[in-house]
Amino acid sequence: MGRIVLDKVSKRFGDVEVIPPLDLTIEDGEFAVFVGPSGCGKSTLLRLIAGLEDVSGGNIAIDGSDATMVPPAKRGLAMVFQSYALYPHMSVRKNIAFPLKMAKMDQAEIDRRVANAASVLNLADYIDRRPGQLSGGQRQRVAIGRAIVREPAAFLFDEPLSNLDAALRVGMRLEISELHERLKTTMVYVTHDQVEAMTMADKIVVLRAGNIEQVGSPLELYHTPRNVFVAGFIGSPKMNLIDGAEAAKHDAHIIGVRPEHIDVTPSGGIWSGKVGVAEHLGSDTFFHVHDTGLAETITVRAPGEVSFRHGDAIHLTPRADAIHRFDAQGLRIA
Amino acid sequence: MARAVTNRRKSVNTILAWIVGLVIFFPILWTILTSFKTEAQAISSPPVFLFFDWTLENYGVVQERSDYMRFLWNSVIIAGGSTLIGVIIAVPAAWSMAFVPSRRTKDILLWMLSTKMLPAVGVLYPIYLMFIRLGLLDTRTGLVIVVMLINLPIIVWMLYTYFREIPVDILEAARMDGASLKEEILHVLTPMAVPGIASTLLLNFILAWNEAFWTLNLTAAKAAPLTAFIASYSSPEGLFFAKLSAASTMAIAPILILGWFSQKQLVRGLTFGAVK
Repeated sequence: MGRIVLDKVSKRFGDVEVIPPLDLTIEDGEFAVFVGPSGCGKSTLLRLIAGLEDVSGGNIAIDGSDATMVPPAKRGLAMVFQSYALYPHMSVRKNIAFPLKMAKMDQAEIDRRVANAASVLNLADYIDRRPGQLSGGQRQRVAIGRAIVREPAAFLFDEPLSNLDAALRVGMRLEISELHERLKTTMVYVTHDQVEAMTMADKIVVLRAGNIEQVGSPLELYHTPRNVFVAGFIGSPKMNLIDGAEAAKHDAHIIGVRPEHIDVTPSGGIWSGKVGVAEHLGSDTFFHVHDTGLAETITVRAPGEVSFRHGDAIHLTPRADAIHRFDAQGLRIA
Repeated sequence: MARAVTNRRKSVNTILAWIVGLVIFFPILWTILTSFKTEAQAISSPPVFLFFDWTLENYGVVQERSDYMRFLWNSVIIAGGSTLIGVIIAVPAAWSMAFVPSRRTKDILLWMLSTKMLPAVGVLYPIYLMFIRLGLLDTRTGLVIVVMLINLPIIVWMLYTYFREIPVDILEAARMDGASLKEEILHVLTPMAVPGIASTLLLNFILAWNEAFWTLNLTAAKAAPLTAFIASYSSPEGLFFAKLSAASTMAIAPILILGWFSQKQLVRGLTFGAVK
């Protein structure tokens, strides 16, 4: 099966060190998500695992055997690309069958597996079309179909949903999660979207500038971010980060409070300010509060029925047990 | 928003385009018409356009005096051979430059193109001497080699731009799908590059067919292609205009017919990448 172990893996392009040596273990059957801002090295890390890039140092083991020097074709991994990367001159059927054909599987078995994948992914009606005649969502399904027929040791996803529109993205997110539930195969998924990371992952790996900032389950990252970067990156809307005198009151250099952990009242709170923009989502309302003397903007998440208008005075009370404290290095104070 | 074009403007543009097209085509049309005139009518003043005694006499004379088929065959060998060898050399070259570029790839491409900026006559002398030494003068082999080398930079450039259009993701997908290098090239790259390779072949065949400088200077009788056939009818004295025209028409006919049938492919090939 698919246990992937990275041991002091590093990557440099010329003189630029994109990924300093890092260690990471992805357990068999785990859904691991690499998340971080663009340019953080998450795609490079995935390509190192795939074998599409050579490591500059360290070792990669797949299933207990050293795969560092093994070409991508022999690693037993399947990859789904952001651009889908379908073969434009082949029908959907031939696209899905291609890896099996390369594996010299006999035709009856190929037909059986392709038919199976097509029915699982609702592609049966398009099976003889070319990729050019399909919509974005259908193309992505074909790419996933091409990956699953091989029954690989692990799936690698490189931002597979970022070319889809918002509604389709949510749908495909669920489909991929369901696929993982059904197949129980290791999946490594790269995204810059922390919502995708939170909703899909068993394990999130937060990356910045090639460094692993934190590894943990979605809720671990949400409740106990190891540093200011993770605190700001995980969670939507972003955590409010406050420094200066207010932080010093809590014996910290910086304190962080999530928008959903601040109560709003018309009077009598600990902090006060003026409502700037109010975003009404129906279920919730986000208030962007100015003139608090704490930070330029404090974002607050209130129930949908709470009503303040632009320019109204608003009073805020952070929940004492939900204040995150960070030291001068930006690290969490326990 | 589509740019508003009035109907009047559209018809004016159409008429202008037709005029420009006819002006460019006129010399060819005139050559073809002249080939059906008598020598006297061919130089008559004022010139006659359509109302003359149509005759096939010139074609008969030309065929009688020189063996058209031999020249045609030489042209086919030189254009076909140089194109085929050129593409065989250029495909791997363009492939490596497109998919495994080095820091100097751009420089090499520019350097190759720069050889096309050199006036051919500047290297005529050394190449002529080399041909004498190697016994290649007036041989089809020699001409295949020289015409191939002349057009090689263009073939490499064209193929390079086609290959660059093929997303590298698709090749990587094939690698992930377990394809070996051979299978990747055979099942994925080549089928995707076929339109590009085809239009490169076609354009290069036409360039080689029309190549006159080297074919005229490096041949005498044996290996002379159709360009030399035309030139042999241009004479400073005597009445040869109609026969020259007949020879020219016979020389350009095959390539005109080829171009006519392949124009769709050719236009697609030349604009590939520019419009998607």
